[in-house]
Amino acid sequence: MINKKFLLLCILIFYPLKSMALIEVDITRGNLNPLPIAVSSISSSEADKVKLKKELKIDDIGLEISRVVENNLKTSGLFNPLDKEAFLQKPDIAHLKPRFEDWALIKAQALITGKINLKDGKLRVEFRLWDVLAGKEILALAFTTVPKNWRRIGHIITDKVYERLTGEKGYFDTRIIYVAEEGPKIQRIKKLAIMDQDGFNTKYLTLGNELVLTPRFNPTNQMVTYLSYFKNLPRVYLLDIETGIQEVVGDFPGMTFAPRFSPDGKKIIMSFAMDGKSDIYTMDLENRIVERITNHPSIDTSPSYSPDGKYIAFNSDRSGYQQIYVMKSDGSNVKRISFGNGLYGTPVWSPRGDLIAFTKLHKGKFYIGVMRTDGKGERLLTENYYQEAPSWSPNGRVLIFYRETKTDSKGEGFSAKLWSIDLTGYNERLVNTETDASDPSWSSLLSN
Amino acid sequence: MNLGKIYKNIFLVMFLGFVLSACATQTTTKIDSQIQGDVYTGTDTVEYLADGVPDRVFFATNESVLTTASRETLRKQAAWLRKNSEINVVLEGHADERGTREYNLALGERRANAAKDYLMTYGISSSRISVISYGKERPVDSGSNPLAWSKNRRSVTVKAN
Repeated sequence: MINKKFLLLCILIFYPLKSMALIEVDITRGNLNPLPIAVSSISSSEADKVKLKKELKIDDIGLEISRVVENNLKTSGLFNPLDKEAFLQKPDIAHLKPRFEDWALIKAQALITGKINLKDGKLRVEFRLWDVLAGKEILALAFTTVPKNWRRIGHIITDKVYERLTGEKGYFDTRIIYVAEEGPKIQRIKKLAIMDQDGFNTKYLTLGNELVLTPRFNPTNQMVTYLSYFKNLPRVYLLDIETGIQEVVGDFPGMTFAPRFSPDGKKIIMSFAMDGKSDIYTMDLENRIVERITNHPSIDTSPSYSPDGKYIAFNSDRSGYQQIYVMKSDGSNVKRISFGNGLYGTPVWSPRGDLIAFTKLHKGKFYIGVMRTDGKGERLLTENYYQEAPSWSPNGRVLIFYRETKTDSKGEGFSAKLWSIDLTGYNERLVNTETDASDPSWSSLLSN
Repeated sequence: MNLGKIYKNIFLVMFLGFVLSACATQTTTKIDSQIQGDVYTGTDTVEYLADGVPDRVFFATNESVLTTASRETLRKQAAWLRKNSEINVVLEGHADERGTREYNLALGERRANAAKDYLMTYGISSSRISVISYGKERPVDSGSNPLAWSKNRRSVTVKAN
């Protein structure tokens, strides 16, 4: 009786809404039926094509931009980009007015079209998103940039499409900073590297002369904090990616490590180890004032602020073993939140504020998981021989982390790679990197 | 004399290993003879600061407690340092690969400091000892097995000058 009434109410509420927005993508569950989408090549005039080919050494930049979009959409796990071979309509005509029957015939539910104009050496790309079943345009935007930034156009288009269809911000116009690794396991050479979220445009930021670890993005700008063994003194450093200027910020009389920015980007929170104990400190980047946050004979490390800056999650072995704790940002009200079997490390607060991602070690296996900020609702997303250090996509839907392989009986076959997985536990993917890689950190959206 | 003692120790360890292997399964025989209570007792990777003065001590998983054997090694190091007062040392603390990177950095620091504290109680001035942690970044054995991990959980005393 009640159920029937409830159902009726649901139908009354949701039915009209549903008919207004024909296509929508639910990102809160593992998506086993990704939305079929057609990404038409971005069209351009022959004259522009020739000019762009001269500048970029790429035959058809419009086609390549559409491939960036397709790859992003596919990687998200929420969309199924259809094979261009099956498209019946030419890109330039489709962009003016799609023949929706043709696109419906190949089972496309959404269609992306676009057009390139080259003017005064600048690349102007306009694109449209069409709802095939409703037979109408649902989004139209244009962007202008220098031609060599063409991949970013593809990422921005994907972000706009993702946002329009899922109702949440995208994460495609972003970069990953990580540690590039080479050489045998007992003598690894490590360099800071940065790349676009899809693995392109890799740049190496250090030469590999000294060990570098755990780079993390400032959520508000292009600064990075990391640990460097420069002159064999492990200290926290700050690096401006734009200018390449590096400076030591954690020059304490001992090792400083595990740095991360505060959400407003104005402070660095880190561990300082001396005399066998590690405690958590902050440093204000403007006035360089240092504050001690924890004071305990145990190891306190891997601090991570909540997005509102009011709390800090951290790793401590004060109970005897590695567990996750939360405290107020002044160090008061310390509460242990991890109580499951095993050891817990690397807490990272979600940018949405509701979850903490972590690494768990239990019975010889490593897990990446999430729990609510009170420690309840633990969910393990992936299990492996070795994996750790999750970092959130800026919209809090995807985690990137690194995984190392077991060596064989001769101690060979070691590798370290970046992987990503959706918060749902689905869509686990290897992230392309030029070299072996570890310690990934995801940037904020570069544009909005 | 000292060398003779080491050989005697090795023989004892091997002998114990054989005794233990009688009740252990075949696959663990080799490991048992070189690990006791999760701590490496072999000499595979050990180098010597001087005749009969081993350069490193080993730890149990997640631990920084010095074993009886470690304390003996450190007493030898302290005696050698007392004799060679012009020598300064760096204690390099390490962890195995079965832990998160940041925690391992702290753990390596804690292990090296455990060794430093012991050297200090045997009269070595803290000004002669510096400490550095490499966490899990500098393993000596690239294996992914308990024996390799036990060799990597270590504090190594290195001459600084």
